[in-house]
Amino acid sequence: MPEAQTKTEAGATASRAEYELQLYYWMKLIRAFEERVSRLHRQNKIFGGVYSGAGQEAICTGICAPLQPGDFVSPLHRDLGVFLMRGVDPGRLMAQLMGKETGLSRGKDSFLHGGDLERGVFGSTSMLGSSLPVAVGAALKFRMKRENHIAVAFFGEGTSSRGDVHEAMNFAGVRKLPVLFVCENNRYAYSTPLEKQMAIEDVADRAAAYGFTGHTVSGNDLLAVYELAERVTKRMRAGGGPELIECKTYRFHGHSEHDAALYRDKDELLQWESRDPIPLYEFYLEKRGHDIKRIREEVDARTHEVVQAAVEFAEQSPYPKPEEALEDLYASPPAAGRRPAG
Amino acid sequence: MRGAAMEITYIQAINQALHEEMSRDENVFVMGEDVGELGGAFKATEGLLAAFGEERVIDTPIAESLIVGAGVGAAVLGMRPVVEMQFADFISCAFDQIVNMAATLRYRHGGRASCPMVIRAPSGAGVHGALFHSQNPEAWFTRVPGLKVVAPATVYDAKGLLKAAIRDDDPVIYFEHKRLYRSLKDDIPEGDFTVPIGVAELRQEGEELSIITYGGTLNQCLDAARIVAKEDGLSVEVLDLRTLLPLDREAVLKTARKTGKVLVVHEDRLTGGFGGEIAALIAEHAFEDLDAPVRRLAALDTHTAFSPPLEEYILPNTNKIVDAIRSLAAY
Repeated sequence: MPEAQTKTEAGATASRAEYELQLYYWMKLIRAFEERVSRLHRQNKIFGGVYSGAGQEAICTGICAPLQPGDFVSPLHRDLGVFLMRGVDPGRLMAQLMGKETGLSRGKDSFLHGGDLERGVFGSTSMLGSSLPVAVGAALKFRMKRENHIAVAFFGEGTSSRGDVHEAMNFAGVRKLPVLFVCENNRYAYSTPLEKQMAIEDVADRAAAYGFTGHTVSGNDLLAVYELAERVTKRMRAGGGPELIECKTYRFHGHSEHDAALYRDKDELLQWESRDPIPLYEFYLEKRGHDIKRIREEVDARTHEVVQAAVEFAEQSPYPKPEEALEDLYASPPAAGRRPAG
Repeated sequence: MRGAAMEITYIQAINQALHEEMSRDENVFVMGEDVGELGGAFKATEGLLAAFGEERVIDTPIAESLIVGAGVGAAVLGMRPVVEMQFADFISCAFDQIVNMAATLRYRHGGRASCPMVIRAPSGAGVHGALFHSQNPEAWFTRVPGLKVVAPATVYDAKGLLKAAIRDDDPVIYFEHKRLYRSLKDDIPEGDFTVPIGVAELRQEGEELSIITYGGTLNQCLDAARIVAKEDGLSVEVLDLRTLLPLDREAVLKTARKTGKVLVVHEDRLTGGFGGEIAALIAEHAFEDLDAPVRRLAALDTHTAFSPPLEEYILPNTNKIVDAIRSLAAY
């Protein structure tokens, strides 16, 4: 999204009511972008793994809204919304998903593995949980350099079973580093339900074992996520050490777009669809006295324009040249003449 | 004449390099298990805590994946972490962070990210370390694009390669051989110098046969070369690779073409060891210049056993190298 719409500039001056509408726009933009991505995937214009965050948009929106330039965020595979919230160019993001030269990784890697470090977005690997120690290292740098930034590490309840998550949280706790751990508990690790992953109900319970606070919040309630994130990040900037926010939510799509998710109960899906974060938030805005029908139409038109422009940019962008496959491995290539001629 | 006061050990060279680089660049810091108060299990980081304080000399829990992963996080934000695996054997616990996270970082960010990190890994056998304190795991990493892998065999290189690694903008795994820590002493110039990464060094010129080696076996090869020179009148060339990735292919092919007979020696196991890559490179590009098949001498394909007769049986040593030279020379 354009720089002028990022939180720090807009948020500082806008009234609370205006800011609440801005949050709505962001959540709708993420939904619109991801819906288009799913459609492009069905049309074979986006290939490879596509992991929809549909149903979980309130989390990326609410967590990222209080962040500032210079903060470090490591999203996981379902957190496309983080990229948009951090101001990554939607065109480059779409080009990334299409494997184009103008994409974040210049065609080198798929989906969300290409980060944008200028905007503090770190590209993850597929080894879920490996980015948590990295976020801890970023926080260590902020501490060493006396910078007032924080690191935010997104992960799922499935990822929470990895040893890296334990190692990262333990060290963050020992050193009281400014790391916000954000667990998106959508109840499934691919097909494996929560009760086969852990013997407890709340991932947040584990925070106590690392010496910091764990919170649970409805991940489908945008305002609840945002207000909690704002409080927590403020404490962390003041030197309060790490905290864990567990957002209870649900994946509307399968694990990836290839997955019909037939292992899930239909009633369960229905229940969670009725907790869709967007209509829930629209209901709130209506209670606030807004003309939600008019606002929805306006916002839909705006997000459609942004997404359409991104798609056009990406489709018009060239693919990388084949020989670029050997570029970007090292800061500088090995000394010339050190390769055998034959 | 060499001044005795300037003579230092291999591990002192490592320690000096760390001191000097941390003084030179405030973004350099060290992190690992017991690196602070204790000064490292081998004292490689001795004195750093007193000189640079707790924020730049960081004791961590026993968590190798965290150590490397946190190094990556700091490195992408411009720091130059030197992280320590207490023993190279434990590097397997950080394997994912090295090969998937650090090595792919620049690539998957389209060239717009750097990971200037050094992973120090005390490696090698011959110290009665048994299965889990004797390993030479370099070959797990020499096939991973995005990484650099160095293995100094001399006191001079221990210092110069570590300094070069710290200043390098890519992740470098620095294999330091434990057996050399205190057994290897040399006079080295005072002050700042680096040894370029990716450049092999000819340790001894010869005419009839080439040995290609690195790390812990260099001195055994030089000893063996002296023995066969004296007893058999054989002229043996010894090439020290120093860097395994990126490999100095030109130097490898040059010596192979010159003598036509090549013996590759390393302390890592034979099968899948780095010697296979050297042999294949020579077979592919210098076949016409060879007078004999490339021969490899390495640890036997088993674990590094504990009991002295077992360990000695498994590992290469000077006598075994002498035998291999004689057999190859007679081909």
